[in-house]
Amino acid sequence: MQATQSLDRTFAALADPTRRKILARLARGEATVNELAEPFAISQPAISRHVRVLSEAGLIVQRVEGTKRPCRLAPEALSELEQYLQMLRRALESNYRRLDQLLAKQTKKKETKGDDP
Amino acid sequence: MSKMTLTTEGETQVIVTRRFAAPPEAVFRAHIDPTLIQQWCLGPDGWTMPVCVNEGKPGGKIRYEWSDGKGGGFFLTGELLEVDPPHRTVHVERMHLPDPTPDNRVITTFAADGAGTLMTMRMSLPDADTRKAMLASGMEHGMEASYARLERLSGWKAAA
Repeated sequence: MQATQSLDRTFAALADPTRRKILARLARGEATVNELAEPFAISQPAISRHVRVLSEAGLIVQRVEGTKRPCRLAPEALSELEQYLQMLRRALESNYRRLDQLLAKQTKKKETKGDDP
Repeated sequence: MSKMTLTTEGETQVIVTRRFAAPPEAVFRAHIDPTLIQQWCLGPDGWTMPVCVNEGKPGGKIRYEWSDGKGGGFFLTGELLEVDPPHRTVHVERMHLPDPTPDNRVITTFAADGAGTLMTMRMSLPDADTRKAMLASGMEHGMEASYARLERLSGWKAAA
C-alpha cells in the first residue's frame, strides 16, 4: 500500500513537463531555484512549488548553503548515468522496432516480386 | 532478446549497436532515404516527422523535424561528411531545443552479419558535460514515452 502511494507520487511528479525539464537540468549538475527558473517563462515561486513536489516525491534533494538551497537529483532516484542510458535505450529501441517492421515489409515485397514470372 | 547495446566509452563517446534481419544495403538505405527515415525514426509513440531532409551525399544537408501533434516539437540539423554505401556514413548533427546543442559527430557502420546486418553508431561529443546533457535530454523524452505507456496500461491520469 505504502509502495503504491509512493509510486503514485513519483509518477504524478513526473507527469508535468516543466518538472521533467527541471530533472533533465539537474541531471547536468546541482542548481539553485533561481538558476532553475532562468530558462522558464514562469515565476520563481512557481518553480519553488515544482521543486517541492519533486522533493516530496523523493526525486531531488536540497541542501542548505547560507541563504541558498541548491537542488540536485536524489542519487537513489534518477542520478545514475545508467538510468539515463536505460531511458535512451528504450527510446531508440522503439525506433529500431519500427525499422525492423519496415525492413520485413521490404523483404516481403521483394520476394513477391521475385516470384512473378 | 536484447538486440541493442548502448554504452559509453571514455569521457565523450556513446556507442550504440543493433542487429537487423536485413542485408546492409537495406539497412543503409533506411538510414539515408527520407521517405524511409520518416517511417521509423520517430522516438516515442505518437510523434511524427513532418519534415525530413537527407541529401545522401558528402556535403549534403540533414534536417529532421519532429512533432508531437499537439504543437510541441523540436528539430535537428546536420551535414554529411562521408557517404560510402552500404558500409558507412559520417555526419555531424545538433538538436535545436530551440537553442542548438553542441555538435555531435556520428560514425555509422553497417557490417554484414550472417544474413543480417550489425549496425554500429559511434557518437563523439565535444566534452563530458555535453555527453551528460545529451543523455539527460534522452531521459526527458524517454520519460515522456514511458509515462504515456504507463498511463495507457493503468488507465491512470495525472492530476493537472
